[in-house]
Amino acid sequence: MADDTREQIHRFITSRFPDIGITHEDDIFALGFINSLFAMELVMFIEKTFAFTIPNEELRFDNFRTVASIAALVDRNRPASVTASQAPR
Amino acid sequence: MSRQPQSSPDEPVTDAPAAVTDRGSAKRFTDTHIRPVADVYDSAGRMPDGLLKAASEAGLWAPFLPVEAGGAGVSFTTLGRIHEEVGRGCSSMRSLLTVHSMVSFAVHRWGTAEQRTRWLPGLADGSTPGSLCVSEPGSGSNATTELTTTAVREGTTWVLRGTKTWITGGQLARLFLVFARAPGGVVAFLVPAEANGVEVEPIEGMLGTRAGMLATVHLREVALGSEALLGPEAFASGMLLTGVLDIGRLSVAAGSVGILQACIDACASYTTERRVGGVPLRELPLIRARISDMVTDTAAARLLYEEAGRLKDANDSGTIMATMIAKYFASTRAARHANEAVQIHGANGCAPESSVARYYRDAKVMEIIEGSSEIQQLTIADAAYRIAA
Repeated sequence: MADDTREQIHRFITSRFPDIGITHEDDIFALGFINSLFAMELVMFIEKTFAFTIPNEELRFDNFRTVASIAALVDRNRPASVTASQAPR
Repeated sequence: MSRQPQSSPDEPVTDAPAAVTDRGSAKRFTDTHIRPVADVYDSAGRMPDGLLKAASEAGLWAPFLPVEAGGAGVSFTTLGRIHEEVGRGCSSMRSLLTVHSMVSFAVHRWGTAEQRTRWLPGLADGSTPGSLCVSEPGSGSNATTELTTTAVREGTTWVLRGTKTWITGGQLARLFLVFARAPGGVVAFLVPAEANGVEVEPIEGMLGTRAGMLATVHLREVALGSEALLGPEAFASGMLLTGVLDIGRLSVAAGSVGILQACIDACASYTTERRVGGVPLRELPLIRARISDMVTDTAAARLLYEEAGRLKDANDSGTIMATMIAKYFASTRAARHANEAVQIHGANGCAPESSVARYYRDAKVMEIIEGSSEIQQLTIADAAYRIAA
């Protein structure tokens, strides 16, 4: 399930930036392509796909730095009844 | 010609308005309460109290808020249609709704339970007009990188220092959503207009949206408690601003379509009545060509903002780009065709209190506010390099 979450997040990021190759551990801020538009899109994608609203206290740089940290954010906040395999693709 | 009936901007609006929850009710509200006086209050440079009261009675300020928050729970697609209709009547009024919508959206989306309880009722019924403070004397569309208003934490207090300008609705607002630079990044604050150190300086004589009650807002050592901070202290504030501007762009896109439709209506009427060489202007090929382009672009712009609204209603992340595209297209086409509408009206279109002259002036503003056309041009190209997720 955790791997599936990571893969969905990875797929979304690379859909926006098809030319980059990133691992689940790469710091996406360090790559220099993050702007506010993408940040908002990423948040909307997470909230819709995993069916929860990201609390203000979780809106910190470090939580969005890597695919792995985003997946961890999802795992901390996702409703127990919604798993990655049930979530919309 | 398309001049509106003369009346005083202070003339009370006596008919109790019906609730505005869709295009039809917004159209009736606009035709009853806005269009008859729009040119007059545009000339006066201020919004009549009677219209503001009618807007409150109709629930026009933030109908997208959920019912439990005091709104009507209308979709963003419907909100766009409502703002189109209001924009058809008057861009100044629609601009007030735009900034109020942005503040209301922000409080509902990112506010704490306490902030929602304190502010949403007044935002929903219009008794607490909201206004957005981003632009400064030295920065506009580049605000996030060149913001000079500062927010410094001193113990448990935040202190704001700086000047915001071109603030639509600034003369009316009781609540400002202020973006400022803090050590950790850009942050947002809910600032009551009555807070010590807030000074509102009216701006008069703007090119367009002249009745938008614009102001410069001085923030002189404004001390605020932690309850004024909206959203997190860092990362999200750029994002919060993006989310707020996204709502503003939907409104401006729809309002621009309203200007376009008003141009069509005015030109259709004028070219039917006005004759040259014994025939109505509408028979002339050059007139028909101009109006054909006007009709086509209006239909396309309407589809674009409705698609952006549909994506927003579906919480689809594609709405951000779709809204930029809609705003860019609708605003530039509004400016182009309002120019043509004045040309079609000739000297009558240049006359004092000519409606098409107002559309022309207002349309130019649409190309600048909520991210200039140049900002959209720098950004929308990204869509060409994406692939489906």
